[in-house]
Amino acid sequence: MTKPFLKIEHVEKSFSRGAMTNEVLKDISMEVAQGEFISIIGHSGCGKSTLLNIVAGLTQATKGVVFLEGKVVDEPGPDRAVVFQNHSLLPWLTAYENVALAVDKVFARTKSRAERHEWTMRQIELVNMAHAKDRRPSEISGGMKQRIGIARALAMQPKVLLLDEPFGALDALTRTHLQDQVMQIQTELNNTVLMITHDVDEAVLLSDRIVMMTNGPSARIGEILDVPLERPRKRLELVSDRTYIAARAAVLKFLYERHRFVEAA
Amino acid sequence: MTQTAAAASNVTPLKTTPPASATVVALPPAKKPFFGPRTKTRLMEIAAVVIPPLLTTAALLLLWEMLCRSPTASLPAPSKVIADTWELIVNPFYDNGGNDKGLGWQLYASLKRVALGYTLAAVGGIALGALVGGSTWAMRGLDPVFQVLRTIPPLAWLPLSLAAFRDGEPSAIFVIFITAIWPVIINTAVGIRNIPQDYKNVAQVLRLNPFEYFTKIMLPAAAPYIFTGLRIGIGLSWLAIVAAEMLIGGVGIGFFIWDAWNSSRISDIILALIYVGAVGFVLDRIVALIAVGVTRGTANA
Repeated sequence: MTKPFLKIEHVEKSFSRGAMTNEVLKDISMEVAQGEFISIIGHSGCGKSTLLNIVAGLTQATKGVVFLEGKVVDEPGPDRAVVFQNHSLLPWLTAYENVALAVDKVFARTKSRAERHEWTMRQIELVNMAHAKDRRPSEISGGMKQRIGIARALAMQPKVLLLDEPFGALDALTRTHLQDQVMQIQTELNNTVLMITHDVDEAVLLSDRIVMMTNGPSARIGEILDVPLERPRKRLELVSDRTYIAARAAVLKFLYERHRFVEAA
Repeated sequence: MTQTAAAASNVTPLKTTPPASATVVALPPAKKPFFGPRTKTRLMEIAAVVIPPLLTTAALLLLWEMLCRSPTASLPAPSKVIADTWELIVNPFYDNGGNDKGLGWQLYASLKRVALGYTLAAVGGIALGALVGGSTWAMRGLDPVFQVLRTIPPLAWLPLSLAAFRDGEPSAIFVIFITAIWPVIINTAVGIRNIPQDYKNVAQVLRLNPFEYFTKIMLPAAAPYIFTGLRIGIGLSWLAIVAAEMLIGGVGIGFFIWDAWNSSRISDIILALIYVGAVGFVLDRIVALIAVGVTRGTANA
């Protein structure tokens, strides 16, 4: 592949309030190939969500450019669907209607009404939520909400799927279950995924490469780690896998030895 | 999988002791009460809601009756009110032409004015509220104007609107409109300003156009606030119409009261007041019920 699928070039972001300028991201550059699963890991406050929002187009970079398939990204769009940390489902719509809102908008011209219904149902079935499709977000659990959030994002058939700490607010068991589900879906559909996380195991388990960020302010990419594990990956088998242990150790070392979170930074 | 299987084999089975045996003793069938326990609690609940207001109403009527019983009392007692107005009570829809119509027609005329003025206020108020809530510049420009205008008492608008429209009917409707619109504008604006960033992000990622954003995100997200405004608005409209009709005359419950005063029919006034209160209460409940239906599920999940 000569041209990278997603390219982040010298992106910087600073917020200024009056005369005070607060530099969040400094000179971030990386390339993502099609079908790759990338995790961005770092301590809280390092600007990883800001980076994701810049790729999503929800935030404008102060400097630098993001290219998707050679085109400049400067506004949000369904080709870069986001799964938000707090699911962001519309509470007045049922699970089905939340997904259908995205489907009806994105495929308004290309699919007939019946096709759109079928497509919506297929996404809901993909995340095993068909049984609760007519419930409202307030009537389903956190894990189920996030599954609908994922279904909504997948329904847009995005070129890049952006996951903003998608499992952060979930309990450990639900998180494990959803990680497996995301892994399976990604293998099936070969999505390009950019995921923000602060969970080392999650990063190693899911990613092809892990981007480790230094602490803010002025966070940079500290290191990029390849995770050369075969897919499909099995959580239980990996526990004793040498490559897995080494990758996990490398990330932990980076986070807790070389770039320890400094409270007063 | 092999590991789970291995782990499972290590677990000692729980079923070690056989279940204790016991002989079954037949109990005499329970006496069936007249009401099922469910019906009984339900009836108790209804009674708990209905009985206290009935008791207080009865007590108040009794007090009133005692205070106004003497022939020298300036106001009629309830028994006298009913006797005086029996014709009006049993015959709400008579029509002798002119202003001499039953109370049903009088209320109908007032409600028609309110319906028109209030509908205009609801539509205009939501539109202006959306503008003020959505745009910082609109807010800076319009909010101070609204804050001043909304303190003007409804009736103070009447002479001006009579001068502008040169007719009582549109003037009354305008007074309703101008009374009800402020709470609708202000609450809608607050509701729209409080739309969570999350919903806006979703709208942006989906690239909803302004119309889709308005109907699919803005209105449902702000619906609880909008309905708060609409509910205050309907109450104010009903307050204003009675006062406005006293001045413009014609058919309508407000002028009916004024007319009754001019011909010293105090019992008629009391009956009309009771009707005005009842209709106001019903209007408020209707808007509240619509709000419950429409905003179902709008509360943050």
